[in-house]
Amino acid sequence: MSPISEPQSSYEGLIGSLAADLRPVRPLQPPSARALIWLAAVFAAGLGLAAMADLPAIAARLEAAPDMWLAVSGAALTMVLAAIAAFELSLPDRSQVWALLPLPAALLWIAASGAGCLRTWLVPGTHAAALDESRDCILFILAVSVPLSALLLAMLRRAYPLRPGLAAAIAGLASAAAAATLLNLFHPYDASGSDLVVHAAAVGLVVLANRAYGGRMLRAAGA
Amino acid sequence: MSQPQPQRTGPEDARLSAWMAAAQGGDQAAYVCLLRECTGMIERVARRKGVPADRIDDVVQETLLTVHRARQTYDPARSFTAWLRVIAERRAVDLMRKTGRQALRELHAPLAYERHADESQARQVEPGGKLTEAVARLPPGQREAVQHLLLQERSLAEASAATGRSQGSLKVNLHRALKSLRARLGQAR
Repeated sequence: MSPISEPQSSYEGLIGSLAADLRPVRPLQPPSARALIWLAAVFAAGLGLAAMADLPAIAARLEAAPDMWLAVSGAALTMVLAAIAAFELSLPDRSQVWALLPLPAALLWIAASGAGCLRTWLVPGTHAAALDESRDCILFILAVSVPLSALLLAMLRRAYPLRPGLAAAIAGLASAAAAATLLNLFHPYDASGSDLVVHAAAVGLVVLANRAYGGRMLRAAGA
Repeated sequence: MSQPQPQRTGPEDARLSAWMAAAQGGDQAAYVCLLRECTGMIERVARRKGVPADRIDDVVQETLLTVHRARQTYDPARSFTAWLRVIAERRAVDLMRKTGRQALRELHAPLAYERHADESQARQVEPGGKLTEAVARLPPGQREAVQHLLLQERSLAEASAATGRSQGSLKVNLHRALKSLRARLGQAR
């Protein structure tokens, strides 16, 4: 194994510097295990927020409109699958096709939320979100997404994505979906059309901000 | 979407994987052996991806740097050669994209020049100077393109009318001329 006995090549200088720079590293856990750690942090944040939420109002809302579970499940599933995809994309040998993993759940989330809007138009007396309530929603999604994105990006930095912008964008989707899931704790009314647009805009903003700033952060980590 | 776990391809792969695992633990000798073995494999991947011969070194260097920075992402239970091959392929594609973009920019340089002509550049070409001498040595088509588009500051349409050549041919000749001039003047420096 002696390096001295090997034939010299034009890369010897580079190989020598890389060997001199070698420090022990601990191999990363599998992506799903790392995603689980982040999801546990989201769950802990959810428990903290639930202590402040009006849980009977949420229960009444779900009882009145059981199909809302679909929208909540869609958002939660998007969060889980996007987190797994982000950790897969943070590895240099994984396919970019992983970015499509959260797509079916995201479609379910959008479709079920859209169905909720239709109900507010069709069923008289339904309480839809007013403009100031929509503003609160966007603030909530942004405020919760920022720390969750920061945590997720800090975890992704330990890997080495070759497409950092894509990995960061999917991390943004995971964070925004987590924030939208937690928003249900404080959203005891149906989503109106404008409310849905506000939610979509907030999620889009988080994804774009992650792609821009998170991508730069992951690139600076070495990619 | 889910990719099959890359299996070891034989004792060679097992040996490389063991070296990488040792390198993750900080074993420099194993790391040097591993990187030396990697260079030949990366060169083969780059050639197969169609990287020009004079750029293969760049792919090897970029891939070795990536291996170094991403060594914590390698799972010793998986195939090392499969891991390295994917990284080398991506670095080869990145390099070819970058080279393609540069070539495109150079090809469109005459258009950029047409829009942002700097008068002082033409004056820098003095008779008897190195640049004039290098231009004189160019093949006739390339020399013609340089004279009309750069020295006489004509637009592509004007140069085309004056020489009877198509605008595309003038652009290609200018691109080739700039490449040879850069090489010749670079050597002279």
